[in-house]
Amino acid sequence: MQEELIKRAVELMEDGTVNRVLGWQKGQFVYDITPAVFTSADELKENFVYNDFCGDNLSKYLKDETEKEGKVLVFLKPCDTYSFNQLLTEYKIHRENVYAIGIECYGKADVELLRRKGIDGILDVKNENGTLKIATIYGDEEVPMMEAMAERCVNCKSKKHVAYDELIGEDGEVLDSNRFDMVEKLEQMSAQERFDFWQGELSRCIRCNACRNVCPACTCEKCVFDNPDSGLYNKAAADSFEEKMFHIIRAYHVAGRCTDCGECSRVCPEHIPLHLLNRKFIKDYNELYGSFMAGAEVGQVSPMVDFTMDNDAEPSIVQKGGAE
Amino acid sequence: MAIYKLPYSDLNQLFAAIAANEKLYLPVDISEDEAAFRLWKEGDQMTKKLNTLRSAKDFFFPQVQPLAKFRRQGQTIEIMDDRTESEDFVIFGARACDVRSFDVLDRVFLEEPVDTQYQTRRQHSTVVSLACGRPGETCFCGSFGIDAAKAGGDVQAWHDGDNFYLEPLTDKGVKLIDSVSSLLTAGDQEAVDQVVEKIHTILARLPLAGLKPQDLRDKELETFNSPKWDELSSHCIGCGSCTFVCPTCQCFDIEDFKNGENVERYRCWDSCMYNEFTMMAAGTPRKTQKERFRQRFMHKLVYYPIKNDGMYSCVGCGRCLRKCPIQMNIVKVMKALEEEA
Repeated sequence: MQEELIKRAVELMEDGTVNRVLGWQKGQFVYDITPAVFTSADELKENFVYNDFCGDNLSKYLKDETEKEGKVLVFLKPCDTYSFNQLLTEYKIHRENVYAIGIECYGKADVELLRRKGIDGILDVKNENGTLKIATIYGDEEVPMMEAMAERCVNCKSKKHVAYDELIGEDGEVLDSNRFDMVEKLEQMSAQERFDFWQGELSRCIRCNACRNVCPACTCEKCVFDNPDSGLYNKAAADSFEEKMFHIIRAYHVAGRCTDCGECSRVCPEHIPLHLLNRKFIKDYNELYGSFMAGAEVGQVSPMVDFTMDNDAEPSIVQKGGAE
Repeated sequence: MAIYKLPYSDLNQLFAAIAANEKLYLPVDISEDEAAFRLWKEGDQMTKKLNTLRSAKDFFFPQVQPLAKFRRQGQTIEIMDDRTESEDFVIFGARACDVRSFDVLDRVFLEEPVDTQYQTRRQHSTVVSLACGRPGETCFCGSFGIDAAKAGGDVQAWHDGDNFYLEPLTDKGVKLIDSVSSLLTAGDQEAVDQVVEKIHTILARLPLAGLKPQDLRDKELETFNSPKWDELSSHCIGCGSCTFVCPTCQCFDIEDFKNGENVERYRCWDSCMYNEFTMMAAGTPRKTQKERFRQRFMHKLVYYPIKNDGMYSCVGCGRCLRKCPIQMNIVKVMKALEEEA
């Protein structure tokens, strides 16, 4: 598929549709792929890569990219298209400055899951019909792709592209995934058990802010946690609960806008399953307000802000100046 | 110096004997993915993982450290020194990269004016290092002249599956070995040499084995002005993962918790990758991510070597290679700058 993407990108640059390409760049190993902008056919041929490790969601980069001169080509996996729509809904992307190609995705591998199996010294990974053939300095290994797949991909919510200018490969369907199973487990716990679970996970947080900075829903120009005047500007936790505040506040803030892309958990150096906080909100939305998927359509309004003076409110309460 | 040994199966007894005298910190598995240094307790096993996720700098330069408390009562302000003297402790199983990182940090914190908090912890610590039997593809300590097979510290250790070998290198190391000598027998240099040779064979096969840092001390401005920084930094998301897992990053901030009449002043890690880093009344001197990104690598590869006789402030542990959300890292920077030269 990589060759097909390069070929199409070169065509679109040559016919003037776009002047650059936002994609994935080869690293020094098979898995250390970096988002990058390519401006020539040569660069693309030399460094563009699309493989089992291209997990990075490129949507958020469009916030800056579409501010620039000319149209940028971007490749979006199905889950990335939800972030793309949500950013459009929030007026963070200039749609006219981007040409989006939807590409099919069968799930991405997470190198940390290979390491969890004790595989290290990785020199190469090839996917042969769903089996990863891994060459290491300590010998060859084989792992079924399913066992190396990131949780967000095992529980993929959708193979459907909800936004694109053109598609390469097949479009799929919204899936009936098991992504809420762990949330249900947490719901069934006692309050103390649940607290202990999150205490155990969040106590490892090093406050690197990777989850926030990578999050396509976190697009504030100035985050409240970076503002010394906010009263929340804490580079250290005042007590053992405060470290949780950052994550809880962030989860509330992106509720109704989070598309469950899973980038927060992908980038967490401490493997904290942050996506579970967001999924709890998504599950609650579905149960309380009817099925809702942020990013499914451009311009849709989240249930929490789907509020009209005419239909939803007791006017005496919400009128300017309060009750008459 | 002399080499001592004990059967690998008796390692637990060694831990218990050390822990009977002073605090012992050991890298143990705290999850499927992560090992961390923890205070040893009976039954704890040393991790088989390559390294701890957080570096060992935490022992000497913790993420958060109280400095002083202020309490206002009427017209007076009481100032309470919140610093504590360290107790003796042993760090067991530190890797060669982390052991070298202590040298890097020493040159910052033990220079005048001496950082007394750091100093007390250093003075009270004994470091037992452990050779790396299974280095990973992200390891490149050799680039900085570090030998993963001879990890240094106060005592250096190896194991070959059957036996655990210990060699004291300093007075502190000799003292520690003496305190547990009833468990040890004389070790053989030959057995250790075999382990070392085996590790050297693996190290030579690592994909980053040939990587050598350039001496950029005479090219400070040229490197600073390199056009490469634009591209290298272009997709950095400005988080602090690399700085917080780095064993040599040592920038900190001093902040106050304010609570009515009380103030608690603390020191905490800071990251040059953050947009509010070194924020002053007039704003920040590094306005874009490019400048912040450049600062981090200039510090490690240029500024620090200029001030420290060519010593780099990277130890090749590879943590940033494994943890950067966008997989941009010091190796890619070194290679890009090399290409340009």
